[in-house]
Order: sequence, then structure tokens, then C-alpha cells
Amino acid sequence: MNSLQKRYAALKQEGVSPQEEERINQELAAAAHGGEARHHEHLFAPNRLPGIYDQQDLLSLQDQNEPMVPSFASLHSLDYLLERDALREKDGFPRKIRLGKIVKPSRDGSDKIVIVPTTVEEKFLHDRVRTPGQEDGEGEGGEQGEGGAGDGEEGEVIGEQPVREEQGSGSGPGQGEGASHEVDSNAYDLGRILTEQFKLPNLKDKGKKRSLTKYVYDLTDKNRGFGQFLDKKSTLRRIVQSNVALGRIQVDRTIDPAELLISPRDRVYRILSREKDFESQAVIFFVRDYSGSMGGLPTELVVNQHILLYSWLTYQYENQIETRFILHDTEAREVDNFYTYYNLRVAGGTQVAAAYAMVNEIVEQEELARDYNIYIFHGTDGDDWDTRGEKTLPELEKMLKYASRVGITIAENTLIATGKSEVERYLRRSGLLEEKKDLLRLDVLGQESNEARLIEGIRELIS
Amino acid sequence: MELISQHAKRIMEGCKERAREAGLSFQDESLEYIVTNRDLVELSPKVMIPTLYDYWVQDVEILKEKGRYELYPSNPYETVINTRPPISYYNDNNPDWLNVMIFYHVLGHMDFFQNNLFFRDTWNYDFTSKALSDKRLIAKLRSEKGHWVDYVIEFSLAIDNLVGYFNTLGELERNSRSQKQSLLDYYFDVFLQERSSFTVVSYVKEIERYNQHVRDDRARGGRLFLEEVKVRYPELETLHQKSQEQEGGPQRLDLLQFLMEQSEFLRRNENRWMLTVMEVIRSTSLYFQPQIRTKILNEGWASYWHETLFLSDDRISGHEVDFARVNAKVTSLPRVGLNPYALGMRLFYYLEEMADRGKLSFDYLRLTDREERRRFDSNLARGKQFIFSVRENYADSMFISQFIDQDFVDLHKLFVSGKRLNKERMTWQYYVKSRKAEHYKNMVLSSLYHPPSITISTTEDNTLRLDHLFEGKPLVTDFIGPTMMGIEYLWGGPVELFTSEVVIKKGEAKKKSDEAAEQVEWERILYTMNKKRLNRKSMNEVLTIW
Repeated sequence: MNSLQKRYAALKQEGVSPQEEERINQELAAAAHGGEARHHEHLFAPNRLPGIYDQQDLLSLQDQNEPMVPSFASLHSLDYLLERDALREKDGFPRKIRLGKIVKPSRDGSDKIVIVPTTVEEKFLHDRVRTPGQEDGEGEGGEQGEGGAGDGEEGEVIGEQPVREEQGSGSGPGQGEGASHEVDSNAYDLGRILTEQFKLPNLKDKGKKRSLTKYVYDLTDKNRGFGQFLDKKSTLRRIVQSNVALGRIQVDRTIDPAELLISPRDRVYRILSREKDFESQAVIFFVRDYSGSMGGLPTELVVNQHILLYSWLTYQYENQIETRFILHDTEAREVDNFYTYYNLRVAGGTQVAAAYAMVNEIVEQEELARDYNIYIFHGTDGDDWDTRGEKTLPELEKMLKYASRVGITIAENTLIATGKSEVERYLRRSGLLEEKKDLLRLDVLGQESNEARLIEGIRELIS
Repeated sequence: MELISQHAKRIMEGCKERAREAGLSFQDESLEYIVTNRDLVELSPKVMIPTLYDYWVQDVEILKEKGRYELYPSNPYETVINTRPPISYYNDNNPDWLNVMIFYHVLGHMDFFQNNLFFRDTWNYDFTSKALSDKRLIAKLRSEKGHWVDYVIEFSLAIDNLVGYFNTLGELERNSRSQKQSLLDYYFDVFLQERSSFTVVSYVKEIERYNQHVRDDRARGGRLFLEEVKVRYPELETLHQKSQEQEGGPQRLDLLQFLMEQSEFLRRNENRWMLTVMEVIRSTSLYFQPQIRTKILNEGWASYWHETLFLSDDRISGHEVDFARVNAKVTSLPRVGLNPYALGMRLFYYLEEMADRGKLSFDYLRLTDREERRRFDSNLARGKQFIFSVRENYADSMFISQFIDQDFVDLHKLFVSGKRLNKERMTWQYYVKSRKAEHYKNMVLSSLYHPPSITISTTEDNTLRLDHLFEGKPLVTDFIGPTMMGIEYLWGGPVELFTSEVVIKKGEAKKKSDEAAEQVEWERILYTMNKKRLNRKSMNEVLTIW
């Protein structure tokens, strides 16, 4: 907290406008109130109590489990469905298949994020009254509340449910691993849908620094008769075969190696050949602002877009990608899986430069620039205490020297007027967007962005 | 899917005998199948009806958006379906005692399906056969018309929750007791009294004249009188006929019917086949309507009987503890949440006891003394009779609103719970919000299935106008566009929808939700769908422009 205050004081000396000051104060207040890093509520499926119509005989009475449908096994064939959906567009109707992301809670607490092609039946349905500022899940079951039975005075709290435990604090390690794996296994398919269905561009068409697959030369192929390197074991085997065929080796007689005939064709050599190298070909840095101001919708938008991006790249690189997740407020921190990346929230200030510096540091230290295509996607609400980008822009320029693409997503929050966020302003002023047009992209998401808009944004970021 | 073993079937038949003795009534035949997990995967998108028509969207996992929107009910995992004969589904490894319990539960449902008046529309035919012929029909159309069949299915499904279930039911009711008013009754009861020259004296005179006729000639007097009247008032017969027609009332059409009758697009020769598809969707939806409106009653009734009958069944003694464990899981009241089994069953027990002791009487209601109320017992023993009449005549909404009272709420320690976010501790806190019967009742009522009510009209320029009746709830805005697009397609012209939405004021985002919920402001919104483009207009703006 003190470090935040200190930094604030320093900023103040440099001079900040009243609006900026107000916003910083807001974040400081949030930090004081909320404290340290924590997960925020479920974004996908707020765990809701089963209602009247959710309970059915087969499940309750016969103890059947809801049939587990492996996300793709139940489908006739994904291709068929996609074809079907593409046909809709041709007939002049919007597509129907969407990319559902559901959290499947499991018994040991490691909720899995599963991505399935899904659809909703759109009807005129009653919605509950939503008021702005209402937390997701609050006032569930309408103004009327839920049912209940048992003891307790009116007003008495009868139970608590943690919104989200910080990983590691309770359930121990391994929780996140499963989750991120679950995303992986579905990401490839999702990427395929994205590419085919939403006509996202294929990477290969674009000029980029390195080829997708690289070749190394290795002594792996075998050749009989001549070559660079004699394969003794195979050669001996061939010699024995030939001599058995010639009748020179018989079951009951002892073998005299000097007696064996050796044909030139029996010599097996290894020769130099071109090999595909299946090393990871791309590294993606997902960078996300997790400061207080990001709470709610901006986080959801950014993270959802990052899931889609991740999936698309997974497909493009045929699983040959590595991902790194970096979260930042005033300081940056690397987390080891998507799950944590997705769920963590902190109430602190915002300094974009810290995160960019960290990316640069990782790239430099691990010499990633030499062997990999490097993608950096940054999601933020556009808030930055470094209001003129004095620290951020140099880091960004450094980044642009090695990166294949830097995509910045600004999900606007309620506090900022459209198109007025600091990050957007200093980026535009710097001229980098025009200068390095093929390397740096910016996508600004409004409050009402839906999935189609997110995918549109991806096209913007990667095309 | 295969039939259950002969052994299990024998047990089922034994259950039927005992259930009949207890007073349940259902048809003799029933079909029981073993289902595997794989069968369930196939059956659940078809709402457990094995012969339901195919539709490609069934292959996509349909996210019912359970978490986000209330009241999107569906019954994908029902054990028994309302067909003739009823079909029920079982795990293949159920022990006998568990099967006995489930059989009784199933028999409870069968009895309910075949006796509750809200199911009357489903009594006269077997839905599996109808569904099968519908399935073949759609398959045939699909081979002729290609994938356009699926668009019609989709767009009809989008409005199939608006089917006029109660209209259909009312129609049925009217037809079943169609005692037509005779010409004579009409003459005296309506015609004479509506005439301007009507006076009591002349009316009595006319009656006297009729009586005189009958007295003079017992056999033909009445007819003679009528002939005379007809001569005097030649318009009488036509008026009578007209009133007969009006008696049935102008049929109120639901949206699907309205489109089928009035849409010029559908009346075109090349589009006539769409009507058949729409009718299939409509009748299928109608079939499911009573089920969704009697969930608490139906499950309560079945639970009441599986408990009662199981405990008195001599064949499975020794398994009481096993039964208790399963039964408790199904029918216990959750600490927080609603359980239709538990609530319905307890209400039936409660009503039975009330009726047994004669507490459903004015004498009881008049009592104010707590002790007297407690001791009140007129030994009426009408309990069984009363719950059977409830099973026959009630739907969930009536059941809940009529019978949940403070005594019941106190008896089972029911309460309305609230949920709030505690920001300090980062937890959801559940708390007891109210123990008043009125609140509990309203809470249950508000969570019952209730599709939006929409009235239909057309404007001069052939725009279809839909008016969503305001009931304190908005429509799901994301779905309005796609749904209207479907309607536009079927209507073949522009569509308007009037609905109400909450006014969102910018800058008040941080307001506390409790206050906000109370100070909701509503405004009327007009949506127009023309050439697949959705337009949203606030009526307030329209008004200020005027």
C-alpha cells in the first residue's frame, strides 16, 4: 500500500490533471478496501441453486448422472455442423453456432473450463430485472429471493460461500494445471472453428519473420549399399538373414562368422536427411491488467478474447505454441497457467510499463527472439498512471523490434469516456500505430461488445 | 433401449395392483425400458420422446443459459412420459427394492397424467405415434424442400413458448359441455329482455301466454307457441343463430396460429408446406405445456405415493433403511433452494391432514385462538378424497397460491432466503430474508413457469404488431432480434414489438443494488424488424418528439 502511495506522490509531483487524480484516488481507495490479490467471481457460470425445473426424476430418483458428453463426441461431425452453419449465412440468416465456454465443476474443486460449440434457442423470454452496478449473481432468483427451510431468525446469516479462493491458499497446487490442460485440449478445435467459421485469416498467407516449420539435417534415414555412416546392428541382421536364406546358418550347427557371406547390399548405412523440427514455433505472451478498475465486464471481455486468440493460434501452429501469462497492476507478475491468469484480480493501481518491461526481460533472458515467433497480446481498460506513456512507449518500441505482432485490446470501463483512455491517447499520439502498422494493432472494445465483436477484434489484431 | 426383465416387470405389475387398491387409476398397459448413458445422450435433446422429429440443432450442445436467465424450463431427464401406453426409463442396475420405489413414483405420475384436467388435451391420442408420423412428415418434407425445412422449424420453435395453451384448454372445456341454448330460452332470456319495449308486465304476460299454450295442448303447445312467435318476429331465428356462434366466442389465436391463418407469405402456394411444419411444432409444444405447469403437483403427488405405498409394501421389508436414505435425498427440503418433490409432497400431506380434521372449513378459519386451532378436529376424514380432487383440478400456480399458508410455512420452518455479497470476506452470504407465508408464496409463484403474454394485431400497412404485456419483467434483450427475424420471415413483412425495459442511467453504476431494485424505472420500447434489421426506439423519445 505504501509503495502505491509513494508512487502516487511521485506522479503528483510530475503533475496530473484533476480527472486523472480522481481516477487514481478511486483505484487507491479500492486497493485500501480490497487488499491483496484474489480471484473474482465466476465469469462463466455463477453457481446457481437448482430451481424447481432443474430437478428431474432420472437425476434425483435414480441417481443417474447427467450424461457426460465429451464436448465433441456427441456431435454427428463437427464439419457437418459447420457446413450447416455456413449455409445459413449463404441463405441470409446469421450463424447459429456459438462458442460456449462452460465451467464444469468437479468434486476436487478443480473446475474445468470446457469449450464447446453451442447454440441457444432464442425466444421471447422473461429476464430478471437487472440494475446497473449489481454484481453478477447478486439478488439471484429475482427480488423475491430463494426458498429455504430450517432454523434461523429473520436476517440471520445461515451460510457463506467463498466467491473464489485464491489458488494455493487452500486447495493446493495442481488445481490450475488441470484447468489449463482442459483449455488446451479444446483450444485446437476452437481454433479450427474460428478459422473456418469466422473466416479468420490463415497465418501462412501473411509475411512473417520465420517459417512455421523449420528443417534440420540428421542421420536418420537408412540406405543399403552406400551412405555416410554404417549401421552395424542393422547390417549384422541383414547378413544373418541372407545367410539363413543361403543355408549357411543352420539350427543345430555352430556358427563360424568367418564363413558367412557378405553381400554389398547387406550393408546398411545411415544417410543425412531433412527432418521437420517439431519445436515450439511461437510464444504468445498474454498480458492483462488486473487492477481494480478492470473488475467485471472489462476483464470478461479481455479474457474471452484472449481465449479465442489462444485457440486460433493453437490451431494455426498445430499445437506448437508456448504461452506465457503476465498480469500487472503497478507491478507485473507472471502466472503459470491460464486458469490463474483468468481468475486473478487485484485492487491496485495501473502501470503498463511494468508489464512490458517484464516481457522484454523474459524474451531477452531466454533468448526467445532467435527461435520463435513472438506474439504479445495485452488487454487493459486503457487506464495508466503513466499518463503520457513516458515509460511505456520506450518499452513498447523495444518490444516491436522482435515481436511478430503486438495486439493491444482496450476494453473500456464505465469510468472512462469512449476513446479517451490514456493508453489509447498516448499510443495514437506516438504515431507507432501508423509507423509500425504491420506489427502493432489496437482494438477498442465498447461496453456492449459481444462475441461477434470479439472475433471481429481478433481479426483486427492479427490480420 | 431394451425392455426391463420379466422379473422386474412382474414386480411392476404387483405395484400396479397395490396402487389401484390405494385409489390410483391408470391404464393397464405400460412400457418400461432400460436406458444407458448413451441412450440418454440421444434422448435428452428429444425430451425423452424417442420418436421426436430430427432437427440438426439437437446435435449441438444447447446451452440453456441456465445461469443467466430464469425460467427456461425443460424436462430432458424425466423418468416417465405421458404417452399411451406410458413409457418409463430405468437404470439397468437398480436393485429390486429401489425399482419398487421408482415404480410407485412412476405410477403416481401416470395417475396424474391420466386424471389431472390440465392434461385433458393429451388424453385422446398417443404422443409417441403422433411424434413418429410427424417425424416422417418432416423427413419427407426435408427430402423435398431441403434445409429450408429447418429454418421453418427454427423460427417456429422460437415462438413455441407463446402457444395459447389455456385457450386450447378453454375451447375443449366449452365443447365438452356444449349445451346449446334453445330457441325458447333465447326468446325469453335474451331476446325479449333486450327489446326496447320490454316491460315486466308484458314479459309476465308473454310467459303466461306460453303456459296457456302448454296447458291447452301438452304435446304440441310449445311448438305452436314458437311458430307464432316466429311469425311475429321474423328476425328471431337469425339472431339466435348468431348468438350461438358467439357463444363459442371468437377464438383467440396464438402467434403461431395467427401466422398460419393470416400470413400472406405462408398462404402462397409454394410455401403452403410450411404450415404443416408449423402445426407440428405447435402441437408438440402444446403437448408439453401441462407438464411444465404442474411440476410441483406432479412430483409432489408421485413422491407422496411412492412413500406411502413403499412403506406398506410387504415384498420389500428389510430395505426400509435403504429406502429412507434415497427418499431423504429426493424429498428433503434443502436448506437453501426449492425442491418440487419436497414442497409438493409436504403440501399434499398437509392438506390431507387438514381435510381429515375438517380444517378446510369456515368453522376453523373463524377461530382465532391458537390453542383451539391446534386442537380443532371435526373427525371429517375427508383427507384422501380432498387430495384426489386437488390432483384432478389444480395446476401449480393454483396449488401454491391457494394452499401455502402461515401454518404450513411454520410447520416446515420454511423461509425466503436472500443472497448478498460480503465484500470484506469475499463470500456470498445466505440469510433468512423472511418467514412470512405471503413472501414465501410470492417467491414460489415468481419462480413458476410463465411465458410472456403477447397480443397480436396488424396495422394498415401490413405490419405485424406484437404487444408484450407488462408484468414487471423485461424480455431477454439479446434474444429479441433473432426471434423477431424468424417472425418476420414467417410473416413476410415488417414486425413491431412493444415491450418494457429498465431505464439505465449512466453514472449511477455504483449504486447499492438494494435501493436500485426498488427504484427501477421502466420505459416502453418499440422494436421494429424490417428486412432483417432491428431497430430500437424508446417510446418516451417518440412522445417528446410529438
